[in-house]
Amino acid sequence: MRLTLHVWRQAGPALPGRFVRYDLSDVSPDMSFLEMLDVLNHQLLGRREEPVAFDHDCREGICGACGMVINGRPHGPQRATTTCQLHMRTFPDGAELWIEPWRARAFPVIKDLVVDRGAFDRIIQAGGFISVRTGGVPEANTVLVPKRDADLAMDAAACIGCGACVAACPNASAMLFVAAKVAHLGLLPQGQPERGPRVVNMVSQMDAEGFGACTNHGECMAACPKEISIDFIAQLNRDYWKAKGAA
Amino acid sequence: MTVELRSRIPEGPLAAKWERHRSEIRLVNPTNKLKHHILVVGSGLAGASAAASLAELGYDVSCFCFQDSPRRAHSIAAQGGINAAKNYQNDGDSVFRLFYDTVKGGDFRSREANVYRLAEVSARIIDQCTAQGVPFAREYGGVLANRSFGGVQVSRTFYARGQTGQQLLLGAYQALSRQIGARNVRMYPRSEMLDLVVIDGQARGIIVRDLVHGAVSAHTGDAVVLATGGYSNVYYLSTNAKGCNVTAIWRAHRRGALFANPCFTQIHPTCIPQTGEHQSKLTLMSESLRNDGRIWVPKKKGDTRPPNQIPEDERDYYLERLYPSYGNLAPRDLASRRAKQVCDEGRGVGPGGQGVYLDFRDAIARLGRPVIAERYGNLFEMYERITAENPFDVPMRIYPAPHYTMGGLWVDYNLMTTVDGLYAIGEANFSDHGANRLGASALMQGLADGYFVLPNTIGDYLAQAKLAKVGPEHAAFRQAQAEVAAQVRRLLDASGRKTVDAFHRELGRLMWDKCGMSRSGAGLTAAIERIGALREDFWRNVYVGGKGAELNQSLEHAGRVADFFEFAELMCRDALHREESCGCHFREEYQTPEGEAKRDDARFAYVAAWEFTGVGKAPVLHTEPLAFETVHLSQRSYK
Repeated sequence: MRLTLHVWRQAGPALPGRFVRYDLSDVSPDMSFLEMLDVLNHQLLGRREEPVAFDHDCREGICGACGMVINGRPHGPQRATTTCQLHMRTFPDGAELWIEPWRARAFPVIKDLVVDRGAFDRIIQAGGFISVRTGGVPEANTVLVPKRDADLAMDAAACIGCGACVAACPNASAMLFVAAKVAHLGLLPQGQPERGPRVVNMVSQMDAEGFGACTNHGECMAACPKEISIDFIAQLNRDYWKAKGAA
Repeated sequence: MTVELRSRIPEGPLAAKWERHRSEIRLVNPTNKLKHHILVVGSGLAGASAAASLAELGYDVSCFCFQDSPRRAHSIAAQGGINAAKNYQNDGDSVFRLFYDTVKGGDFRSREANVYRLAEVSARIIDQCTAQGVPFAREYGGVLANRSFGGVQVSRTFYARGQTGQQLLLGAYQALSRQIGARNVRMYPRSEMLDLVVIDGQARGIIVRDLVHGAVSAHTGDAVVLATGGYSNVYYLSTNAKGCNVTAIWRAHRRGALFANPCFTQIHPTCIPQTGEHQSKLTLMSESLRNDGRIWVPKKKGDTRPPNQIPEDERDYYLERLYPSYGNLAPRDLASRRAKQVCDEGRGVGPGGQGVYLDFRDAIARLGRPVIAERYGNLFEMYERITAENPFDVPMRIYPAPHYTMGGLWVDYNLMTTVDGLYAIGEANFSDHGANRLGASALMQGLADGYFVLPNTIGDYLAQAKLAKVGPEHAAFRQAQAEVAAQVRRLLDASGRKTVDAFHRELGRLMWDKCGMSRSGAGLTAAIERIGALREDFWRNVYVGGKGAELNQSLEHAGRVADFFEFAELMCRDALHREESCGCHFREEYQTPEGEAKRDDARFAYVAAWEFTGVGKAPVLHTEPLAFETVHLSQRSYK
C-alpha cells in the first residue's frame, strides 16, 4: 500500500504546530496503524529527522494510552476499535490520512500527538472510588449483586480512559468518562454509601479542569472504542441532581 | 562481596507459618509511620495495591510509573481471571489444593512456604476487590461465578468477562487515587527509574528521569519497592506492552540484588500468530478459551485444505490424545511445547505453518452461539479485528508467544531482596511460580504481595533498621545521578546507522531461537557469544536522535535495550548452567522418551541466584536449596 500522511508536528506545549506531509510506500494491509507509524519513524530516523511522538503501550486495545484523530475521527473510522487495533486493511491503497492529537483545552499537547490527560486522573482522585481499607471488608458473597446490575456495571467499567470521548465532543466534554465511573460504582451495592458525594465531587473536578458541558450530541458514544452508552450520562445527571437536592 | 541467602522462612508447620510470622514480626508505631518515606516503583497490580495499602497504614509514599497514568500499567491486559481458594463450587477446593496445584504446576522449583501463604491469602483478595467495586461475573442468584483454568481440576477462577486484569487494576488504581487525592501518596507519572542508590548496604533511593522534560533527579527514602513487572520484551515480540522492560530490576541487580532463575520464562500457548516482519507485538488470547475450544492440527503434513473441509478422522486433537485427563486444559508449558512440536513436524497451519487451530465448532453446537458469545464475545471480536477472520465461522489460529517471566529478583519470605530495604513484589520477584506459572495466578500473586504481604513485612525492617539521615546531596546520589546523565549522553552521542528498534529485533530473534521454547547447550553457548558481539555493535552503531532534555521515546527505548543486552546474557548463562528440563525450561538434552521435561532433583532442586560482577564478566552463582517438606517430589503427570 502507498499512503500520503499529514501528521501534526508540534515540538512543545507552547510552540506552534503544523501538518507535515510524508509519503509512505510498502505498507502492509496486515499492519496495525501504529506499526505503520513505526515504519514512518524508522524512515525518519534513517534520514536523521525527528520521529513522530505518540503515546502507546499495550497495543491490544486495553491500556488506553494510544489515541489520535484520523481524518477527523478519534481512533479512526472503525467501530469499537482503538488506534492500536486499527489495521491498515481498513484503508484503501493510496489513502490520504490526516493525523492529529486529541484537541481539548483540558488535554494540552506535550509533543506531536502526545497530550496530557492528567485531568482524568484528578477526576478519579476527586471521588472515583469506594473508600475501603485493605483487609477490613466483608466476605465477598455476603453481599449479593443481581447479575443484571453486575453486567451493567461491567459495561460502564469497561472504559479505558483514552479520552476519545473528549476529542469527539464539539464541547470537549468529559461527561462520558465521568458517567462511566459514576455508573459503574453507583450500580453496585458497595458503591451506595458514597454515591451522592462521589458524583458531586467528580463533576466539580471535571468543571475545574476546563472540560466543556454536555449538550447531548452523542459523538462520544460513536467514538468510544468500548462503546460505552450515553445512557450512563442520563444516570449521572439523575444522580447529580438527586445529590444536589439532598444537599 | 559475600552474599548470604537467608530465606527467613518461619519455623513451624506449613499452615501456621504466615499467621505466626505476622504475630511475631516487629511493628512500626502509628505516629512513626509518617516519618518513613517509601518509594514504590511501578503502578500495576502489585505496585498500586502496595502504594495504596502502605499509605492507608500511614506511611509517606511516593509512587513512580513510566506511563502517563498509573491506570495503564500492563496488568491491565490480563484477560482470563484470578484464582482463589474459596471453594464456592463445592468441588473439593481448599487452600492446600491451590498450594499443591501451584507447586506442582511450577514443576517443583518454587518455595513451599511462599506458595502456601499465597494460597492462604487468595480468598481475601476476592473479598477486597469485591468491596472496591470490581464487577466480577455473577450467577443469577447474585453470587460470584467461577470458571476453570489450565493445569487444575477444580473451578476456582474469578473473572470479569475477558478483562479481569483491567478491572482488578482499576480497583487498585482507584484505591491509589484515593490516597493521592488525600495527599498521602505523591504520584510521579511519566517517570522512569534509571538507578538504585545503596548507602551502607541499605537501599536509600532511586534516580529518576522525567520523561517529559528529561530532567534527572534523585529521590531519597527509607525503603524502595520494585513492582516493575517482567522482562518478556527481551524477546522483542511478546505479549507484553511495548514499554515493559527489565531496567529497574537490572539496575538493582547491578547494585547488589541477586537475580533468581532468569531463564524461567513462560511461553503462552494461545496467542495470535505473527503475520509479518513489521509486527511490533503479539496478542494473547485468554487461556480461558481452552475451556471450550479444541486444539488440533491436520494429521497429514502440509495439508493446506481450509479447516472446515478437513474431516474429523483426519484431525489430530493432540492435547486430548497426549493428556487424556487434562486434555485441552494441560498446563501452559506442555501446551506450548506440543504446539511447537507439531509445527516442527510440518503439520502447522496458516502462513509459514506457525500455528495450530483452536476450534469452537463443537462448543457452538453443544451450547449454542449466544452462550459462546457471552463467554468469549470480546475475545472473538479482538481476534477478528487483528486477523479479519471470524472465529464463529473458522477456527482460530494460535501459536505460543513469550508472556510472563517467573524469574526475577531473589527475595526472602518478607519479599526483601539481598539489599537491605529493597523489596521486589509481583512479577518482578521470583518467588511463587517456580519454573511455570499456572493461569490466573499472576493477578493473585501481584495483589497478594501488594495488599497483604508487603504492608505487613516492610514494617519488620523499618522498625529495626538504623537509618542514617541522607539527602540528595549525598555523594552516592550525586554519583549515581552523574552516571545516569553520562549514559544518556553516551546514547545520544552514538552516531551509528541502526535504529534502536532494529537492534532490539535482532536480540529478540536470537533469544527466541536459542533461549525460547527449547534450548540446548550448544545453542546457548553460541548465543552468549553473539549477544556480547551485538552489545558492542549496539554501542558503536546505534542512532538514537533527538535531545536529552525533552520527550524522546527513542532515547527511552535505547536505555531499555541497552539493559536487555546485559540481561540477555545472564538469562542464557542461567539456562546453560541448569542441566535439566523443568517446567518452561526445556533443555533438548534432558527429556523423557515421550518428550516430557526430565528434572534432575538431585542436582538442581535449588533456586539459582546470580551475583553481578561486571558487564561481560561471568556472574557468580549462589544457590538456595529447595526443601520440600509437605509436597512429595514427583514427575508431573497430566496424562
